[in-house]
Amino acid sequence: MRLNKRLLISLIVGLVLVVGFFTTFNYIQKGPKIDGAPSALRHSFMWNEKVWSILSSARRMSVKKPKPPKGKAPRVNGMLGLESPVDLKNYVVTVESGNKELKLPLGMFHLISKSSYSTDFRCIEGWSEETHYAGARFSDFMKYYDLGKKADGTYYQYVGLETPDGKYYVSIDMESMMHEQTVLAYEMNEAPLSLENGAPIRLIIPIKYGIKSLKRIGRIFFSDSRPPDYWAERGYDWYSGL
Amino acid sequence: MKFIEKHSRILRICHWFNFFFLFLMIWSGILIYWAHQAYIVVPENVAEQLGIDHRLAEGMGWHFFIMWPFALNGIVYVVYLALSGDWKFLFPDRQSFREVIPVVLHDLKLRSHAPPIRGKYNAAQRVAYFMVILMGLGSLLTGLAIYKPVQVGWLTALLGGYPFARFLHFILMLGFVFFFIIHVIQVLRAGWNNLRSMIAGYEIE
Repeated sequence: MRLNKRLLISLIVGLVLVVGFFTTFNYIQKGPKIDGAPSALRHSFMWNEKVWSILSSARRMSVKKPKPPKGKAPRVNGMLGLESPVDLKNYVVTVESGNKELKLPLGMFHLISKSSYSTDFRCIEGWSEETHYAGARFSDFMKYYDLGKKADGTYYQYVGLETPDGKYYVSIDMESMMHEQTVLAYEMNEAPLSLENGAPIRLIIPIKYGIKSLKRIGRIFFSDSRPPDYWAERGYDWYSGL
Repeated sequence: MKFIEKHSRILRICHWFNFFFLFLMIWSGILIYWAHQAYIVVPENVAEQLGIDHRLAEGMGWHFFIMWPFALNGIVYVVYLALSGDWKFLFPDRQSFREVIPVVLHDLKLRSHAPPIRGKYNAAQRVAYFMVILMGLGSLLTGLAIYKPVQVGWLTALLGGYPFARFLHFILMLGFVFFFIIHVIQVLRAGWNNLRSMIAGYEIE
């Protein structure tokens, strides 16, 4: 008798568990969303971001990899923001920082000492590719043109980047942008950028998934409120740090 | 009739929670896998039928959410085994490894006598259950290596680099599926008395 009672209680607990599990699952899947992600999952992305900001070092480098053969075409994965016509001869990058607005032709990026790295470029889809890239390190670019600072001398929290047609846009935290390996690249695998890889100049930020490495930069700006981010609006983790 | 307390409450709770979490991890992992099918290609129409196509963001959301309770549950389980002394039932010794093949042959009805059971589990169970704990640790480490390949770049390198660590993570998942299938078949074969012990804790001989 006592054993039957024990079994019954166990079965009821089990049933409650199963029902609880399915109800929770359904609620998360079908309940309210924040930027395309079920709100529990969005909060979990943000929680993970917080955990990793405590556990991790912003200076940690993406592991150096052997240089791929010179001129090897880097993998192309999507043409977002690259489909509008572009005039490479008279190309300018618009930079807005505080009251300052600069229109920088490509040559202005070559004035900055060239930095190059060879490391994994990792796509959020799961593939990765050893990539060599070269250009103006973002932190050098900031110093060279004295950008991104507020009136009190501190940096803005976020950097926004957009393609010239505005169809692809990302926003990244300042700390990650100032990482040593974050580069405004005009070369990949020791050859000038191809059109489908974002000619004439793109971002490469190997400490984040490739969705943040915006191709064909048309505009760079700074803000303390997070600028829009194409994939973060579509259910992906905004931080996307590796 | 002999009454045996077989599985403690905490062990049963961990077991069934693990069932849900492992299921969610594999499901969300498959949603992620679809985006880049490195090892086995899922044809487009099959993916559509299964409803796993174009759900990468959702897969990542679930995977990096459930990983916390999943890991925590595993840690609670292992700590419990260590502290309670129950690890002695699971830990295989040399004799267990020797007896695995005879036990399997017996279960396949290719051998009349099985070696006697020592403790809660037979030799094949010991090895399988112990392996599955090691696999859990393996999934945790390979998972971390591909989740934060910059922050724990040393671990990623140790596991053979990003693509290889991902491959190991995938193989381990197949290992869990394989374990699960055999496990369910064996539970069905063993019958209600055995299944009840994982629900209510006791067995009657």
